[in-house]
Amino acid sequence: MANQETILTVENLGVKFDNNEVLKGLSFFVKKGDVLAIVGPNGSGKSVLFRALLNLVPYSGKIQWAPGLKVSYVPQKFNIDKELPLSVQEFFKFKEKNSKKIISALKSVGITDEHHIEHHILKERLGWLSGGQLQRILIAWSIIDNPDVLLFDEPTAGIDVGGEETIYNLLKKLKDERGFTILLISHDLNIVYKYANNVICVNKEMICYGEPNSVLDPTALANLYGGEAGFYKHEHSHDH
Amino acid sequence: MNIAMITNPILFQLLVGVLIGLGAGYLGSFMILKRMSLVGDVISHVALPGIALALIFEINPFFGAFAALFLAVVGIWFLEIKTELPSETLVGIFFALSLAIGILITPEPELLEALFGDITKIGSADVFMTIALIIVMFFAMFRIYRGLTLSVVSKQLAQSMGINVSKISFLFLLLVAIIVALGLKVTGIFLMGALVIVPAAAAKNISIGLARFTKLAALFGGISALGGILFANHFGLHPGPIIVLTSGVIFLLTLLFKK
Repeated sequence: MANQETILTVENLGVKFDNNEVLKGLSFFVKKGDVLAIVGPNGSGKSVLFRALLNLVPYSGKIQWAPGLKVSYVPQKFNIDKELPLSVQEFFKFKEKNSKKIISALKSVGITDEHHIEHHILKERLGWLSGGQLQRILIAWSIIDNPDVLLFDEPTAGIDVGGEETIYNLLKKLKDERGFTILLISHDLNIVYKYANNVICVNKEMICYGEPNSVLDPTALANLYGGEAGFYKHEHSHDH
Repeated sequence: MNIAMITNPILFQLLVGVLIGLGAGYLGSFMILKRMSLVGDVISHVALPGIALALIFEINPFFGAFAALFLAVVGIWFLEIKTELPSETLVGIFFALSLAIGILITPEPELLEALFGDITKIGSADVFMTIALIIVMFFAMFRIYRGLTLSVVSKQLAQSMGINVSKISFLFLLLVAIIVALGLKVTGIFLMGALVIVPAAAAKNISIGLARFTKLAALFGGISALGGILFANHFGLHPGPIIVLTSGVIFLLTLLFKK
C-alpha cells in the first residue's frame, strides 16, 4: 500500500456553522485502495467532514482530491417514505439509463437472480424494500457509474447485526474486485478493526489517526468517547 | 378569434380548463412527493389581496394574484431553506390573515368570482396566456423533475450529485404560484388547492412508480376539468365546484383499486 498514489490530502481542515466550530485542525491523507474509517461520538462532526469533502459546506484549510476522480456518496439516515411513488428502476434511471448496466450493478451487490431483478426488485417501490435490501440497492446505485472513491455515512444504520456483517463483506468484496477507495463512517469498532486499514478518530478535533491496531488504544478511546469505550453503544440520533 | 369565442365559448372554456387541469394535476403530484399537499390550499388564499389590489388599480387580476403568490412563495422558500423547522403554523397564520384582509378589500361584486372562480368569463387574453404558461410549466418541469425527486429521496444525496436543491425548490414553488394564479379563473381561491391535490392523490392510489403517478395526476386533472365544465354547462351549474367534485369522484374510484 505504501507506494500507492495519494488521492486525497486534507490539511488543517476546519468547519464553522454560525461561529460554532464543528471541526478544526483535521489533517490526513488517503491513498488509492485505502479503507479509511472515521469514528467518533454522536455530534462529533463526522458527517460534516464528509460534506466538507464533497464541497457541500464552506470550510477553511485545504482539501485536495487527485484530479479527475469520481466520488460517490451514500448519506446517513436514508429513510425513504413508504408512500413515495418511486420504483427502484426509476431511481436507477436517474443515474443510468442502460438496463443492462443496472442489472449488472445489482448482480455485483449480491442480487443475482435476473428474473427476480427484472420482475420484482426493479418494479418495487423504493420505500417498500427492507433495510438490508435498500442498502444493497444504494450501494449498487453508488457504484453504477464506476466511481473511484466511495463515501459511506453509517452504511449499516438500521440494519441488524447479521445484515451488518453481510454489507461490510460486500463492500470489502467490491473493493477487492474493483479497487475502490472507501471512506466510511462507523460506530462499530469491530468493523473498523476488521475492514479498515486506517482510522481517524474525530471529536471536533482529530483525536487519533493511523492504523486501527496501533492508534485505537484505551487512552485514545477514552479521549474520544470520554469513558469506557468497550461499553459504548450507538444511540441512533442524528449528527450534523 | 373573437367571433369564435362569441359563437362557441364553451370550446375555449374547455381548452383553458383542461390545460389548467393537466398542469395542476402534474404539479400536484410533485407537491405530494414533497409532502406539501396543504401548501397548495393555503397558498391560494394569499392571492385574494393581490386580486383585490389589481381590481382597485384596474389591472388584470392574474397579475395581482401572481404577484401576491410570488411573495408568498419567496416566504415559504425562505422558511424551507433557512430553517429545518416545520413552518406550518407560521404559514397557516400568515395565510389566514391575508385571506381576511383580501375579503375586506376586494370590491363586493368581484368577491364571489374571486372566491369561487368563473371560467365562463374568460377572454382571449386568458386563452393565450394559459397556453403559453402551461407550455413553459411543462418545459420547466421536464428540466427539474429529476433533481426535485432526488432531493425528496435524500437532499444530501442530491447535493452530492451537484444538484442545486434550493434553486430547484424555488423554481418549483414559482411554477406552483403560476398554476394557482391561472387556476383562480377556473375554481377560485377556495377550491384551487383541491384541483392541485385531489387528482394527484387519486393518481397516487393506483401508482407504484413516478412516471405513472405524475402522468395519471395530469390526466385526472384534465378529465376533472373536462367533465366538470361539460356537466356544469349542461345543467347550468357553477363549473368550479363541479370540477372539484369530479376530481373527488375520480379519487373515490381509485380507492377501489388502491395499490
